Amino acid sequence: MLTNLLEYEFLRNTFLTGIIIGIIAPLLGAFVVVRRLSLIADALSHVTLAGIAFGLLLEKKTGAMLITPFYSGLGFSIIGSVIVERLRRVYTAFQELAIPIILSGGVGLSVIFISMANGFNTDLYNYLFGSVSAVSRHDLYSIIIIAIIVCTVIFLLYKELFLLSFDEEQAVVTGIHAKRIHFVFIVLTALVIAASIRIVGVLLVSALMTLPVAASIRIAKGFKQTIIYAIIYGETAVILGLVSGYYLEIPPGGTIVMLLILLLITTIVTKRVIENLKSRKHRLKTG
Amino acid sequence: MSKPIVEMKNVSFHYGDRQALSDVNFIINEGDFIGLVGPNGGGKTTLIKLLLGMEKQTNGTIQLFGQPIHKFKEKNKLSYVSQKANTFNRGFPATVEEVVTMGLTAKLGYFRRLSRQHKKRIYEAVEKVGMTGYLSENIGELSGGQQQRIFIARALVSNPQLIILDEPTVGVDAENVEKFFELLHELNKQNITLLLITHDIGTMTHHASRVACLNKTLHFHGNPNEFQTLSKDQLSDFYGHPLNLVTHEH
Ligand SMILES: Nc1ncnc2c1ncn2[C@@H]1O[C@H](COP(=O)(O)OP(=O)(O)OP(=O)(O)O)[C@@H](O)[C@H]1O
Ligand SMILES: [Mg+2]
Repeated sequence: MLTNLLEYEFLRNTFLTGIIIGIIAPLLGAFVVVRRLSLIADALSHVTLAGIAFGLLLEKKTGAMLITPFYSGLGFSIIGSVIVERLRRVYTAFQELAIPIILSGGVGLSVIFISMANGFNTDLYNYLFGSVSAVSRHDLYSIIIIAIIVCTVIFLLYKELFLLSFDEEQAVVTGIHAKRIHFVFIVLTALVIAASIRIVGVLLVSALMTLPVAASIRIAKGFKQTIIYAIIYGETAVILGLVSGYYLEIPPGGTIVMLLILLLITTIVTKRVIENLKSRKHRLKTG
Repeated sequence: MSKPIVEMKNVSFHYGDRQALSDVNFIINEGDFIGLVGPNGGGKTTLIKLLLGMEKQTNGTIQLFGQPIHKFKEKNKLSYVSQKANTFNRGFPATVEEVVTMGLTAKLGYFRRLSRQHKKRIYEAVEKVGMTGYLSENIGELSGGQQQRIFIARALVSNPQLIILDEPTVGVDAENVEKFFELLHELNKQNITLLLITHDIGTMTHHASRVACLNKTLHFHGNPNEFQTLSKDQLSDFYGHPLNLVTHEH
């Protein structure tokens, strides 16, 4: 594979993208999970699908590449994030209602665009489940820019985002612009989803944001550690998943997510076993 | 001469058309330790929300540190330990150090990061509440009373002049309530002004310098000894009135 990696540009692009999203997806995912917004990632990814379908439709009807599906997906994802925010404010007591509304809207639109473009094709299949050969050089540049934006914003607003996640009331009292920061956060989520979709696919992108965090939360002390372990889990799964997906000719979305689940189960079981051993040791000492 | 930190004049507040506060006049002077008591729904939390700028009064004026509240920007002069501090998500992965660090958010401002001085202040605040050994523990793994102490440390770390606490001793056992009040007393001696909402009248009257009773309006505002000499009848009158009997005031 290494020789292929050097030989084929598309493979290099895929791997670089994989390494980048292996960092930014769990990084943002840590905030998403502790704010209990895991499902928003799902809702936004389905809106992104609608955008991608729209881009494919345009491509087909006009023949020109005015906006590639990547950008139309990105655009829809950002619009979706704005609507989520609006809806959350309308239903302050039932904020999770925003999720099924956006999610079903995304799927509905996708179905319409897809059938207008005369149905399913390989391209769409790749967008749903990810692909090892779908990242163009142009996409890679956009993804690098997205990664720079995400990392810079999180670096600069870390303490505000953290406070907002832990204690929204205190954040407001402190005088930080909670609404604006929250808005920035949702847009970042939309960006990360758009960047990840080429590799893991629409249906599994939220898994890449949440599963590494689910595993790392079991063992981490504190939030910074949670982020670091989540990135390690995410990166491991992405790299191994891409390699195995390539050899087994399975879309990498499937292999990456199954690896993440495996890591999660291993972590939970190992922690159990270690705790049991510890308490048995303790019992032996005292008993 | 101590100067007033908080001045409320003829303040009233409505949630929609339900009146929560009516014609409240309330002064907190520098160095006070005020215990605010009153029945459930009496408007205590509401009064605090006004002071913190989370709600705006319907009528009347509020001054903080000599400035009208809408002009007051130095948020780091006051800290708040909320009634919800003990209902936060216990699974949240945050260490004690990370939680206390949050208290510096307002002081630091946007884009600024912790310096070594700040780190020192964090350790000092944690030491003050006697939790030094726990810096790298997850907050969710501490007991309720220990968590309360950490939230006090978070309130202390920005070096505020006024700390507002909304029922911080709920769910804390009697012995720890006593210790908790001693801690507050200690802070008060270091010239930190305290406004404490509590239902723990007995313990509070031993430590507070003044007591205020709120049931929509301020019924009593004076020193704890006088408060204790209020007859049982007067107190139960004040507490026992169903709220709807008092609503026709506006
Ligand atoms: N968000 C809200 N919307 C509408 N009404 C509210 C709201 N919050 C409080 N109220 C009403 O305002 C009144 C005062 O409530 P508040 O929470 O200030 O009481 P409290 O003195 O803090 O009570 P407790 O001892 O139970 O904490 C109550 O009648 C309550 O029903
Ligand atoms: Mg209250």
